[in-house]
Amino acid sequence: MNNLSLLMDGFATILTWNHLMIMVIGVMLGMLVGVLPGLGAPNGVSLLLPLTFTMDPVSAIILLSCMYWGALFGGSTTSILFNIPGEPSSVATTFDGYPMARNGEATRALTLAFMSAGLGALAGVVMITLLANWVAQFGLKFSSPEYFAVYFLAFCSFIGMSSSAPSKTLVSMMLGLAFATVGMDSVSGGLRLTFGIPDLVKGISFLVAVMGLFGIAELMVTTEEGLSFNGIKSRIRIKDILRTMAELPRYWVSLVRSILIGIWMGITPAGPTAASFMSHGLAKRFSRHPERFGKGEPNGIVSPEAADHSAGTSALLPMLALGVPGSATAAVMMGGLMIWGLTPGPMLFVTRPDFVWGLIASMYLGNVVAVILVLATVPLYASILRVPFAIIGPVIVAVIFTGVYQVANSTFDFWLLLFFALLGYLFKKLDYPVAPLVLTMVLGHRAEEAFRQSMVMSDGSLTVFWSNSLVTTIMGLGVLMLVWPLISKLVGLRGWRQRLHRQKPQTHEPSTPDSRH
Amino acid sequence: MYTLKPLCTHQLRPLALFFAALTVSGSALAWQPDRPVEFVVTSGAGGGTDTFARTVQSIIGKHQLMDESIIVSNKGGGSGAEGYVYSASSKDDPYKLTFGTNNEYLLPEVGDMPYAADDLQPVAAMAMDEFLIWVNGDADYASAKEFIDAAKQNPGKMQFAGSQSKDTDQTLVSMIEEATGTEFRYVPFNGGSQALVQLAGGHVDANVNNPNENLGQWQAGMIKPLCVFSPEQLPKGEPVHEGKGWGDIPTCQSQGIDIAEYRMPRTVWLPAGASEEAVTYYQDLLKKVSETPEWKDYVTRTVQTSQFLSGDELKQYIDDNASTVKKVFEQEGWSAS
Repeated sequence: MNNLSLLMDGFATILTWNHLMIMVIGVMLGMLVGVLPGLGAPNGVSLLLPLTFTMDPVSAIILLSCMYWGALFGGSTTSILFNIPGEPSSVATTFDGYPMARNGEATRALTLAFMSAGLGALAGVVMITLLANWVAQFGLKFSSPEYFAVYFLAFCSFIGMSSSAPSKTLVSMMLGLAFATVGMDSVSGGLRLTFGIPDLVKGISFLVAVMGLFGIAELMVTTEEGLSFNGIKSRIRIKDILRTMAELPRYWVSLVRSILIGIWMGITPAGPTAASFMSHGLAKRFSRHPERFGKGEPNGIVSPEAADHSAGTSALLPMLALGVPGSATAAVMMGGLMIWGLTPGPMLFVTRPDFVWGLIASMYLGNVVAVILVLATVPLYASILRVPFAIIGPVIVAVIFTGVYQVANSTFDFWLLLFFALLGYLFKKLDYPVAPLVLTMVLGHRAEEAFRQSMVMSDGSLTVFWSNSLVTTIMGLGVLMLVWPLISKLVGLRGWRQRLHRQKPQTHEPSTPDSRH
Repeated sequence: MYTLKPLCTHQLRPLALFFAALTVSGSALAWQPDRPVEFVVTSGAGGGTDTFARTVQSIIGKHQLMDESIIVSNKGGGSGAEGYVYSASSKDDPYKLTFGTNNEYLLPEVGDMPYAADDLQPVAAMAMDEFLIWVNGDADYASAKEFIDAAKQNPGKMQFAGSQSKDTDQTLVSMIEEATGTEFRYVPFNGGSQALVQLAGGHVDANVNNPNENLGQWQAGMIKPLCVFSPEQLPKGEPVHEGKGWGDIPTCQSQGIDIAEYRMPRTVWLPAGASEEAVTYYQDLLKKVSETPEWKDYVTRTVQTSQFLSGDELKQYIDDNASTVKKVFEQEGWSAS
C-alpha cells in the first residue's frame, strides 16, 4: 500500500516533542472551548488562527485539528452532565447520557461517551488512510436530490422512535421546521418570518434554542422537583473508568453500525448532526429493549457518540481531497491553509504530501492523546455533580447566558433563550418530545434548500428523486424506515416473534428486527 | 478634601497648561482608537470576505500598524445582511470596521432589509475580485463561444450554479443572457464552494466563481475556465494546469460576450455618523496595509487586482457599480419596492 508508506512518513514528520506538546495544548484548549457553551469549535479555531500565521503549516494544522478534537469531546461533557449540548451534533448524546448521569453514573456515562467517540474517530481516520482517493470521487456524485434523500432518510429513521404519541411528535417536528424557516431564504433571497425584527434576519441560532430547550428548561424542572441532582451520592473511583472500558465490547453491534453510519454521513457530506441523530434512532429501533432508551441506556450513548466522531473525522476528507470544507470548522481551517500559503484542493496530496500525511498521522495520534486527556478529567467533571445544586444551578444559568451572548453578541438572543426555555418547560409538562423539534430545526433548512434546488434543476418534476441508482437507493431506504413499524406490526400479527421466543428464549442477537407492537 | 486647599491659583497653572498641551497634541495626532477594534466580517468563517479581513488583521499585527488589538467576528447570516445590520445599528461607532463586498449596497435593493445602504459609510475598496465562466474539465467546449452556441441550441436547459439568489453571480448570469440572447437555468447553492462541487461532479453545466474559489480544482483538471470578465487578460503567472495559467484565459468580450468588465470590490465600511477623523484614520491604515509585500502576495495568490479606492473616487465607483447592477435588477423584476 502506497498510502501506508506515506502515512509512515507522516508519523516521522510529527513525532517530535515539539509537535506532541502542540497536540496536548491544542486538545486542552479545545476541551475548554467545547465545555463553554456558545463558543464551539469553529469559533475556538478562528480565535486561535492568528497565532498560527507565523508557525510552519504542519505545526499549525496540528494545533488547529487537535483543538477541534478537544472541542468535540468537550461538547459531549456538557451534554451528559448538564443536558446542554455544546454542538448540534452532541444533542443526541443528551437523550441517554444525561439520564444516566442523573442516576448517579456520571463516570460511566462520560467514559462510555469518550471511549466510543475515540473509537469512532479512529475508524474515520483509518477510512481516510485506506480509501482517500475512492471516497473523494464518491463524494462528487452527490447533488441536491441526493442530499435531500439523505436528510429524508435521517428524518425517517427518527420518526416513530419517540415514546410520545405520534401526533405530538408531528407537532414538534412541524414547529422545528417553522423555526428553521426564519431568516433569509437562500433560494428566493427573500426574508421569511422576521416580523420586521432586525435581529431575526440571521435566523434563529440553533445554539440559543438548544440552550433554552435543554439547559434552562431542565433547570426549571429540577428546581421544581426539589433542587437536587441524584449524582451527589455517587462516588468517583478510577476503577469505575476501567470497569466501563471493559464493558464496551458488549456494545460492539451498536458501535459498528454507528461508525458505518458516521463515515457514510461524513463523506456524503450530510454531517455529524444527521449521523448522530440517525444512529441513536436506529439503535433504538433495532434494540430488544427500546423502552430503556431515554432512561440511561448505554447503547443510547455509545451510538450517537461513535457516529458523531466518525462523521466529524470523515468530514475532513472532502477538505483535503477536494478542497471543499465539510463542516464549519473545516472551513476555518481551509482559510488557514490559504494564509499559510497552501492551496487547498486535489493537488495538495501531490504538491505537499508531507503536510497532508502529517495531518492524517496527527489525527491518529491527536485522537489518542485526546481520549487519554479527557479520560483523565472524568473524575474532575463527575465531581462537579457533587456540588450542591443551589450552587451549581445559578452557575449554569450564568454560563448559559454568557454562552448565548457569545453566539452573536446580541441581547435579543436573551429573549429568544427565555422563549425557548418556556417552550421546553411546556413541552416537558405536556409530554411533547423535544428531540424531533431539534432535529427538524437543524436539518430542516438544509433539507428544504436541497429539495428546492432539486426542483429548480428538474423543472419541478418529483421523478428527480428516483432518477439514478444512488438517489433511488437512499430514498428507498428512507421509505423502508418510515414503514418499518408497520411491517414489524404485520410480522408480529403472524406471531413470528412469539414462536421465535418459544424456541429460542435466550437469543442474544441485538439486530433482530424488533416487533414490540 | 483639605488637601485641595493649597492647590489654588499658582499651583493650578501648570496643571492647566498640561491639559492645554494635551488637547493640542490630541488634535495634532487626530483620531486614534483607544480600545480594541471589532472587524465585522459579513461572511462565514472561511469565506472570501473572511480571508480578506483576516489577511488585513494579520498584516496590521505583523507590521504593528495599530496599537490596539483586533477582534474578528463573523456575521455571515442572511448573505451577509447580519453583519451590515449589526454595524448599522451601532450608529456613530468608529470601533466597528465592517468588511464586505458590493453586497452592502446591493442587498437592500433586492430584499426588504432592516438596514439601508446609507447606514454605513464607505472607507475604502482594496481589491477587485474577478469573475470567470467555468465548466467541467471533461466538457466538450474548447471556448466560451462554443459554450454559448451550445446554450443557444438548448435554451433554458443548461444550468449555472451560483452562490446565492439574486447576488453577484445571478446578476452576471442575467447579464450574459442579455448580452448573448441565450437562456440559462440558475441554481442558487449555499456559497461558492458548493457551486464548485456541483460543477466538478458534473451536476451543473457551469459556474461563475472567483479565481480563488476554483484554483485548486483547476490545478487538478476537474474544471476549466473559458473566459474572464475583465477588460484585459489577467497578468501572466505560474502555469496552473497543463501549461496554461491565468494569463492565457481570453477575455469574455473577445469571445463574443459583450460584457467589458464585471468585478466585485472588496470593501471596508464604518457605521454612518462615525467622525471624519476616524474615517481618515482607517483610510491611512488600510492604505499602509495595501502597500505591504504580504498584501501583494495575498492579491497575487487569490488572483485579484489590487486597486485602492477611497474618498470621492470610491463614492463615484459605488454609484457607477450600483447603477449598472440596478438596471439588471429592474429588468429581472427583483427590485424591492
